[in-house]
Amino acid sequence: MKPGSVAIVGAAETTQMGVIPDMSVIQLHADAALNAMADAGLKPSDIDGVATAGQSPTDIAHYLGITPTWADGTSVGGCSFMLHVRHAAAAINEGLASTILITHGESGRSRVGAGGFGGGRASLAGQFEAPYGPSGPPSMFTIPVLRYMQDTGLTHEQLAMVAVVQREWAGMNPRATFHDPITVEDVMNSRMIAYPFHLLECCLVTDGGGALILTSADRAKDFPTKPVYVIGTGESVETPMISQMADFTRSRAFQVSGKKAFDEAGISHSDVDHLMIYDAFAHLPIYGLEDLGFVGRGEAGAFIAEGNTRPGGKLPLNTNGGGLSYMHSGMYGMYALQESVRQMRGTAPAQVPGAKISIAHGVGGMFAASGTIIMSNERP
Amino acid sequence: MADYGKALPQPTPETQEFWDGTKAGELRLQRCNECSHVYFPPRPFCPKCASRSVAWFKASGHGRLFSYVINHRPAPGFQNEAPYAIAVVELDEGPRMMTNLVDVEQTPEALPIDMPLEVTFENVTEEISLPKFRPAAGGAQ
Repeated sequence: MKPGSVAIVGAAETTQMGVIPDMSVIQLHADAALNAMADAGLKPSDIDGVATAGQSPTDIAHYLGITPTWADGTSVGGCSFMLHVRHAAAAINEGLASTILITHGESGRSRVGAGGFGGGRASLAGQFEAPYGPSGPPSMFTIPVLRYMQDTGLTHEQLAMVAVVQREWAGMNPRATFHDPITVEDVMNSRMIAYPFHLLECCLVTDGGGALILTSADRAKDFPTKPVYVIGTGESVETPMISQMADFTRSRAFQVSGKKAFDEAGISHSDVDHLMIYDAFAHLPIYGLEDLGFVGRGEAGAFIAEGNTRPGGKLPLNTNGGGLSYMHSGMYGMYALQESVRQMRGTAPAQVPGAKISIAHGVGGMFAASGTIIMSNERP
Repeated sequence: MADYGKALPQPTPETQEFWDGTKAGELRLQRCNECSHVYFPPRPFCPKCASRSVAWFKASGHGRLFSYVINHRPAPGFQNEAPYAIAVVELDEGPRMMTNLVDVEQTPEALPIDMPLEVTFENVTEEISLPKFRPAAGGAQ
């Protein structure tokens, strides 16, 4: 933190204090936030960074109508908000966001709308989604796709091709869960999970882990491995409820995160040699290719089906086999990052010859959040 | 009703009016008094312009089938209904909401995207009525 480089320009508490039985937890956050914005003369559209603890920053951003380019959900207990201030200062200095809102709200006494992870029955998802029978991501994350198919003409066969192509990559990766080639017919004949999604269009459920160590670029040359430089980063959050996505055929979080990362890196799409798009389900690479700007609207299904992302294609995608065929332990983003690092070091099982720039693009929740990391093995 | 085994909503102060509405057979939404934005789920301020001046009104109950899945892995309480559609309806007033579809086969053939729908209410407990949707009586509105 550069001393004196950041200031607090808005501050407020909830309108009432003490016993507030007529407000749920999320409304306590919002009430304080609206008051702080009024104090600063700002609207939600002026805010581009959100930090909170207890509640997810996704919940707060969506509830208040904020589109952030930076989100911090660091949750380490009562001092979390001191940490948020510190992170926010760093973020502002780094240009990740310009105007950051940090919120706190807790119905500690009245327990209105207070719940554990996932929010419980009083959360918005608990009230307005859970009663209709979703049973986890396979029947939630997939809900926008029939609308995408209707609007763009994506076919069931093209959706199946995502799994077919990624199995080709997995066949080159000794550590992949599945290696045997599959066909569109194999995918279409696999068990129906949640129409239009078959088993082979859904990710694996496996065990595993990963870790990364970062240091300054100046120090990087003192380490034994080939340095992989982070040259661009992006993040955003949209909504904790799949039914409330602004556009069922695009992920706003993907678009915001991706643009931020590209802008930071100062590269164009043709500079990208290797791409990872978190594939919890077969539609994610399709949304990702379009929302990151690699292809035009409605073109991703055909782009994949025509072989552009397969081994030997012009845009190698999910070269470890992805969540569909390599592994998926629950939070797969770490594995997408690991594969990008391997490709930049030149040590991937399915190495892309001469690759210099790689993108690892992740999703959080069900189109709830997104993060994009652009790496290079050459220091800019 | 006592053995209703599915997930139940728990209203909060900000959503109680919505659930009071469904109990009374009305689908209630909120509109901003300043910018006229109509939004859902409920909150006591406008998510578009942040005004706290908002008002409830009775929605038409009409909309169209925006998207859906047909779930083959039933949630608790849904075992006897699988496979069943989990749908999103786009209301004529603009907002979208998740729902189930009733009085119609739960098949892709019977559920074309954009089919006109109308609200109906299912009393699942003494306190809660869930808004569900069925094919609109008069076809396209």
